[in-house]
Amino acid sequence: MSIKVRYFASLVERVGQSESDLAFTQSITVRDVWQVDTLGKPIPENILAAVNMDYADLNQQVQDGDEVAFFPPVTGG
Amino acid sequence: MAMKWLFFRRLPEVNLKVKICSDAFNPWQEIQDFQSTFTNASGKMGATNIFIGTMRDFNENTGVHSMTLEYYPGMTEKQLEKIGADAKQRWHILDAYIVHRVGEIRPDDTIVAVAVWSSHRGDAFDACRFIMEALKSTAPFWKKELLESGQTRWVEKNTDGYQKK
Repeated sequence: MSIKVRYFASLVERVGQSESDLAFTQSITVRDVWQVDTLGKPIPENILAAVNMDYADLNQQVQDGDEVAFFPPVTGG
Repeated sequence: MAMKWLFFRRLPEVNLKVKICSDAFNPWQEIQDFQSTFTNASGKMGATNIFIGTMRDFNENTGVHSMTLEYYPGMTEKQLEKIGADAKQRWHILDAYIVHRVGEIRPDDTIVAVAVWSSHRGDAFDACRFIMEALKSTAPFWKKELLESGQTRWVEKNTDGYQKK
């Protein structure tokens, strides 16, 4: 199973990358993706996540081919 | 320099247009141009409500020189369309228009314009406020300020979204 991971805004600086590709052999959640891809960095309390460009819960299961994104609270307008 | 439209889509089923652009725009001209294309609202349009957000040269008691607006291409447009569809479900809207700036912006530049057309002012007022508050609390945009001091900082404060007054 392969997924694409993306980071935005201040999380790019915190994580040190804007995107990556991950491969898994077992079922995982959005939270697992963060843990693996950031090598265990603490997950920010106010983090937001999306799967395939829809807001997602951290406990949501990730499917093969999904795009998982992490970002801080939004501040547009 | 010609304006670059990064995204432009008309959605007849929800009567909504969303536009994201990387260059400065005149919100009044944008709204006027959009209104001139109406076909579905002719004769029914009794109220237009407009919100325009403009960049200040200060934030949290600090002088701000400029800022960079980042977004999530694809998700941002999708979320703005969802907000418009939600507004359409809750109020009688004839048409709505959202245009949002991205990239580097300066004080006095327009950040966002939201316009809602309806037959009656109540729907126009409420739907416009709903769209704007939902945009601020859920649309994936992020501001990074360049302060007068030369330092940079991410704007981290969020808002709670629409609450009926």
